[in-house]
Amino acid sequence: MSTESSEQVLDYPFRAPGPLEPAEEWAKLRAGCPVAHIRLPSGDRAVLLTRYADVRQLLADPRFSHQLAQEGAARIATNESGTVFENEAAASLVDGHQRWRRLLNKSLIAKRVSAMQPRIEAMTEQLIDDMTRQGSPADLLGAVGFPLPVWVICELLGMPGVDRDKLAYWSNTMLSVSHYTQAEIDAAQAEFARYFMAHIAAKRAEPGDDLLSELILAVDEGQHLTERELMMIGQGVLVAGHETTSNMIGKMMAMLLADRARWEQLVADPSLVRVAVEEVLRFDANAGFGLPRFLSEDVEVGGQTLPRGTTVICSMAAANRDDQAYERADAMDLRRSPNPHLTFGAGPHSCVGQALARTELQTVLSVLLRRLPTLELAVPAGSLARREGLLVGGLEGVPVRW
Amino acid sequence: MRVIVDTEKCCGAGQCVLVAPKVFDQRDDGIVVLLDAAPASELHAAVREAACVCPGAAIRLDEQA
Ligand code: HEM
Ligand code: SF4
Repeated sequence: MSTESSEQVLDYPFRAPGPLEPAEEWAKLRAGCPVAHIRLPSGDRAVLLTRYADVRQLLADPRFSHQLAQEGAARIATNESGTVFENEAAASLVDGHQRWRRLLNKSLIAKRVSAMQPRIEAMTEQLIDDMTRQGSPADLLGAVGFPLPVWVICELLGMPGVDRDKLAYWSNTMLSVSHYTQAEIDAAQAEFARYFMAHIAAKRAEPGDDLLSELILAVDEGQHLTERELMMIGQGVLVAGHETTSNMIGKMMAMLLADRARWEQLVADPSLVRVAVEEVLRFDANAGFGLPRFLSEDVEVGGQTLPRGTTVICSMAAANRDDQAYERADAMDLRRSPNPHLTFGAGPHSCVGQALARTELQTVLSVLLRRLPTLELAVPAGSLARREGLLVGGLEGVPVRW
Repeated sequence: MRVIVDTEKCCGAGQCVLVAPKVFDQRDDGIVVLLDAAPASELHAAVREAACVCPGAAIRLDEQA
């Protein structure tokens, strides 16, 4: 493949040979066709980047956003509400020019995170208690991976933990484009809006020690945030922080248990947890679609000029396995350091919740190592089923015994 | 020990702040702020861990200084 073969258009996303394995196309494209032409599920055309340097460059470029609700941008899917990138809540989530983005900055969440760690640990312990009470075998994704991140977001926003099932349903429905009808999606959005407006009113009346109360009191350019902006933050944090983290907990455990030596290494030395979680994040081959960027002006990437108006898909997962950036990129090394992977994006738009996500992953792993050192997969790793989602890849379940 | 941070490499992950909050902080945009370039010896272990887990390799240590 060379630039001459740019006639060739590949159907995207690619199919991977196994639930935890990378698509075969990645290595070929990185080596021979770093700027590949692809056809999205909608039929629209885009360009795919797979090399570490190129993906990093484009993601970190403050000129481009992943707002695809712009004229001329490719559509990813063709159903009514579009993907998370095209619906309004998500579009505002990624619009860096909005006031609330400045207020919901990285440090705001990162600073709360260390204070929250003991609570996250207590929640994890409780979920594992419930799981072990039901007995072995169990689905680790359903028992821990799925409930924990919503519970943590409840806590972050000062919502009662008992509401977490409702919130999990709304978040699921708002994000999923294939599993629910348009009527269900609209209803979930309306119910969430009613619930959250009431919650804002309660926090205005009686502020607590939570992110939402802090944001209500915050002043930007002499003005407080409006109800609508607060609403967008609530919805944004729920949609961005729930399914991503849930899926990552499931995939982390699947990757670490798929090869017993990895789990044993961590049982023997739990101080590796922080560094190991970074390697898990890097190594995830089932990361979903990648991040789109819409080019509002010409840009040079990988020695080629991409014209303005192009929709570019950045595959962080392919970039994370680029052997130009990593030694033995295809091997999982739980001691790898430094590890500047691109799983949370890069530069100014990169994930606001990454400190929280890391803490959740580190906590789940530490508690499981301590509580259930004999943990193992209850099915062969190759038979785990992928959950096909456009935005965040995951597994249908992670059956385990101990 | 002397600590040097490279804000160009920092990706704002906040790992350093989680590990060694007495030595590192973050600006509003997430970029690292060095609070203490010559931390006391009881902080050295935490600072070494921060340098090791920093995803951007943005923290350098001069152990001789
Ligand atoms: C393992 C879990 C997670 C992964 C893999 C992940 C990944 C990402 C990625 C790739 C982006 C886009 C960056 C870009 O456009 O360049 C992003 C944005 C975002 N994430 Fe996360 N995320 C995770 C967890 C969380 C959590 C727990 C929260 C909330 C507490 C969160 C909140 C956000 C928000 C608000 C944005 C939008 C940032 C912006 O537009 O500037 N994420 N995330
Ligand atoms: S850990 Fe490294 S990349 Fe992250 S904020 Fe600190 S210095 Fe920056």
